[in-house]
Amino acid sequence: MSRTITISPVTRIEGHAKITIQLDDAGTVVDARFHVNEFRGFEKFCEGRLMWEMGGITSRICGICPTSHLITSAKAGDAILAVEIPETAEKLRRLITLAQWIQSHTLSFFHLSSPDFLLGFDSDPARRNIFGLIEHDREFARRGIRLRKFGQEIIEVLGSRRIHTPWAVAGGVREPFDRSKRDYLLGWIPEARETARLALDTLKSIHTRFEHEIPNFGNFRSLHVGLVDREGGLEYYGGTLRVMDGAGNIIADRLDPKDYREHFGEATESWSYLKFPYYKPLGYQQGMYRVGPLARLNICDHIGTPLAELERKEFKAIAGDAGVVNNSFYFHYARLIELLFAVEQAELLLTDESILGTHVRSRAMINRDHGVGASEAPRGTLFHDYEVNQDGVLQKVDLVIATAQNNLAMNKTVQQLAMRYLDGTEISEGLLNRIEAGIRCFDPCLSCSTHAIGAMPLRVQLLGPGGRIIAERTR
Amino acid sequence: MAILTLTIDGEQLSANDDETLLEIARQHDIAIPTLCHLEGLSDVGSCRLCLVEIEGSQKLFPACTTRAQEGMVVRTKTERLQRNRRMIIELLASEGNHQCAVCVVNNHCELQNLAYEVGLTHTRYPYLYPKKRLDASHPDFIIDRNRCVLCTRCVRVCHEVEGAHVWDIAQRGIHCEIISDMDQPWGTSPSCTSCGKCVLVCPTGALIAKGENVAEMEKKTDFLKYIVTARVKREWINTDGEE
Repeated sequence: MSRTITISPVTRIEGHAKITIQLDDAGTVVDARFHVNEFRGFEKFCEGRLMWEMGGITSRICGICPTSHLITSAKAGDAILAVEIPETAEKLRRLITLAQWIQSHTLSFFHLSSPDFLLGFDSDPARRNIFGLIEHDREFARRGIRLRKFGQEIIEVLGSRRIHTPWAVAGGVREPFDRSKRDYLLGWIPEARETARLALDTLKSIHTRFEHEIPNFGNFRSLHVGLVDREGGLEYYGGTLRVMDGAGNIIADRLDPKDYREHFGEATESWSYLKFPYYKPLGYQQGMYRVGPLARLNICDHIGTPLAELERKEFKAIAGDAGVVNNSFYFHYARLIELLFAVEQAELLLTDESILGTHVRSRAMINRDHGVGASEAPRGTLFHDYEVNQDGVLQKVDLVIATAQNNLAMNKTVQQLAMRYLDGTEISEGLLNRIEAGIRCFDPCLSCSTHAIGAMPLRVQLLGPGGRIIAERTR
Repeated sequence: MAILTLTIDGEQLSANDDETLLEIARQHDIAIPTLCHLEGLSDVGSCRLCLVEIEGSQKLFPACTTRAQEGMVVRTKTERLQRNRRMIIELLASEGNHQCAVCVVNNHCELQNLAYEVGLTHTRYPYLYPKKRLDASHPDFIIDRNRCVLCTRCVRVCHEVEGAHVWDIAQRGIHCEIISDMDQPWGTSPSCTSCGKCVLVCPTGALIAKGENVAEMEKKTDFLKYIVTARVKREWINTDGEE
């Protein structure tokens, strides 16, 4: 008798989702799916609105990474105005992008995932969260919360608010920086660097503890996609696209992000509102790719800051001869290396005097009817693609969100974990949490952002062929 | 012109007989909310926010168009009036598409300020989400009818101050909307002088400057006072005494 297990909703991720696991007569997993059951409709209702408003509107897609949407939207706007933005404006935008990485990566590790690592996958779910973490190690949790605050402080100092700042605009940014604010932010750097180090060391120390678990956390070959700078280094704001295969071969390089539609397609499935992007030359399914920290660390040749570069080399050693780390568990590792990079790079920008320039905005009217913006959001490459009429009114909007690009890989991860940990009829707490933890590796942002408060209940159902509930467990 | 006395909110006041209740109240720092009224433009009494109670009548009177009379007893802040004002803002909010968070004039909007003033936390009426036209065909300005409250300040400033009369109201009832010239794209209007006065007097984000982003636009209506004063002084300079 075949059955379906449903995990709904998935907890400690950003957004709402459920997981179903399909079993055959023998109780073996035949399929597992990660369903995103939110519908937002941004691409549709933005049609008819003004290009200039898009930063403000699209940043509302997400409460965690509004800045990534804002910056990417502003870049699409730059393309439509057909302007080069002032040098200072680009540096300021780079700084706020790093701030977004710092606050989001810190949130992913300290607040959402570290309770699993420090308290254990099988520990009491009532305590396996940020509050349990505070009880377990108050100082560790405090430092994580402070590091996230640092990221948010940068955003607030630049954009005058932490969430949904409309500070970046087509053509540049609204306000120049000032010296006293710069000095204030620089004062945070030593603590931020130390906490980023602490996070990395903590994660590395648990790698051995979980050595039997790690191989099952989404360990498969896929393409890796992201932006790299002109020299092939880790990039977060500009650069060109690179595609690497699961064996470490660069199969496409220096792709202009504005041509992303030529290289990437989007499939849809009836069972999820999240689209399934794929690399076109290999087709749907075969063209499965991952974006985000793991992909970025895999595809780049080097990192431009010294501490993070040392860590990158150590990270690469995991891959051995293959040269590419295919295990999704190491998203966490890559994320924390990026966190360290973001702090180092933020310091470099903050000590660069040209960031204090006062020319921060180029002005122009509609000079192109199509503009694509791309940047590396914390969760991966983000594209905003706008088509406008000659008055700047949007005719078509295409937003390709990082999390969506990991959709195929997240599904594969869920399948792998279900096959490894599902034991016939028993729905164990550990199974539930491992599957969720598998999803959490990707740090998905499903709404992005649903304003959900507190812990969501987790429900798992075992369904018979007719949809009859055979077993149910709630926590 | 005669001097008369009247009572507003229990305060005995003297005023000229050609002054409106709103003018008198404002001279004495008695706050009455307004939306369609703007100093320097004629009054039409259409938004009904400035309605006041006058003793001896069950009717409510718009303060902006009601002239003072001897012995009038006026109340501006009764519970009934507060309730009505709140209801008016609720109706305005529900019949347009007012998304403050992503609006160009967020934090600088008269409608938003009024909503704060009357304590609007939600509306009791279902939102209508009307389909309204946005026209960005003018090289410098945009009209987004989604945010229009039909105060007609733009119509009046264009007619009375600029003398171009680009704007008018078309349709009836809830279908009313502001149109330019013969209901044609603003950018093709032969009468528009691109002076921008309509944009500055618009209390909401319905008329905006092109290229402005969310919460970026702050409107200043002071210019109107200067223009009107300058004009009045030039035209009436010999009859100063009568003024």
